[in-house]
Amino acid sequence: MTPEPTNAPGTTTTVPTDLRDDPASRKRFLRMMGTGGASALALVLASCGGNEEATKAALKAREEEKESPDLKVVVYALVLENLEADFYQQVIESGMVKDRRAADLVKSIGENEEEHVEALTAAVKKLGGQPVAKLKTKFEDILEAGPQQILKTAALVENLGAAAYLAQAVNIQDKAILAAALSIHSVEARHAAALNKLAGNGFRGERKLRGTIPDGAFAKPMSKAQVLTRLQPFLA
Amino acid sequence: MNPSPLVNPELAVIQVHGITRSSFILRGALTAGTVFGVHAVSPFVGQALAQGGGGDVAVLNFALTLEYLEAAFYEQGVDRVGGQLDAETLDLAKELRDNEKEHVDALKATIKKLRGTPVKKPKVDFGNAFSSSEAFLKLANTFEDTGVSAYNGAAPRIRNKDVLAAAGTIVQVEARHAALIRLARGKPPSPLAFDKPSSMRAVLSAVKPFIKS
Repeated sequence: MTPEPTNAPGTTTTVPTDLRDDPASRKRFLRMMGTGGASALALVLASCGGNEEATKAALKAREEEKESPDLKVVVYALVLENLEADFYQQVIESGMVKDRRAADLVKSIGENEEEHVEALTAAVKKLGGQPVAKLKTKFEDILEAGPQQILKTAALVENLGAAAYLAQAVNIQDKAILAAALSIHSVEARHAAALNKLAGNGFRGERKLRGTIPDGAFAKPMSKAQVLTRLQPFLA
Repeated sequence: MNPSPLVNPELAVIQVHGITRSSFILRGALTAGTVFGVHAVSPFVGQALAQGGGGDVAVLNFALTLEYLEAAFYEQGVDRVGGQLDAETLDLAKELRDNEKEHVDALKATIKKLRGTPVKKPKVDFGNAFSSSEAFLKLANTFEDTGVSAYNGAAPRIRNKDVLAAAGTIVQVEARHAALIRLARGKPPSPLAFDKPSSMRAVLSAVKPFIKS
């Protein structure tokens, strides 16, 4: 996805206010993310902002992504990793997780996510993609609710992340990118199991996406649309 | 019948771009095979599988060897050292044993669907691994981390997208096992931001001491 051209690479682009406040356009955003890929988000952002230049840039990016399915996957992964890294950073800054073991785990997982962000950012650049905007998140209520809610949320987000990577593996054409994605996928799975354990979840929860081994012997993939729908509560 | 990941209807939600027509037909036919029985799958599908499956069978047999090893390890472990494990860790060992057995069954079924011959169950010897709960968990840790790196290393060699998807559904579970065993040992569950892939050769030489024939 493309931030507006005035932005320097790596800066945060937030979802415009009208998109945030209007449930209909949020639905549209999710729908387009689900079907059109990340560049569609840029298109939505650009059209919401009414910036002709940005729209053109987004359209161009979209054309490029048509030629590179791998870029589409990498951008999507980066969006997810940014969200995770952002969450852990906020958790650490909040100081709400005081239990030593849990705090250490959150810190080390947060560091893993930062490394994923760096690697994926480099991959996007290498594939000729535009800098990727971060989604604006709202974790304030979860942070205020205390450590249990924080761990439960982290557990859910990691189960989502693992399912998201799993679904994308078959979309990747370049062997090196596939190998890299797989090396992240299994780390997300490790995070997911550890955080679910720490959150007090058993092997399988009563609900989907809850548990240390939530799907049993065979993990279930989730489509981009499904993942983004489940992330919606965390988006500002 | 025991569903293999290849015919797992859950995989139908995966969006495959650039999927070949034959593998598309294949998936439909295999799903139909699950519902109506294997005999409902027409001969041309079997042929397509055989054509697309050469190298993949080798990878699947490699995975099957590891899963046989892990399944046997937990089965013996639960029997021999289970009494020394706390209730939570014993539950974990049983869960892992059951998962690995399912992996064995699924891999065997998938290899057969690809018209390959599954490798035989190896005879195993885990040495002193059952002398204490610590020794058991330590080797479990090694097996699970090795399993993750083995699948991650072999997966890019897989040509059939359905087989790749199936391998993905298994490696994710292996990684979850690794994290849970590590936690049970008081070790960091994800020591590296990127799990290292291993070559098939490196993995086979690592597990060789445990395989007697």
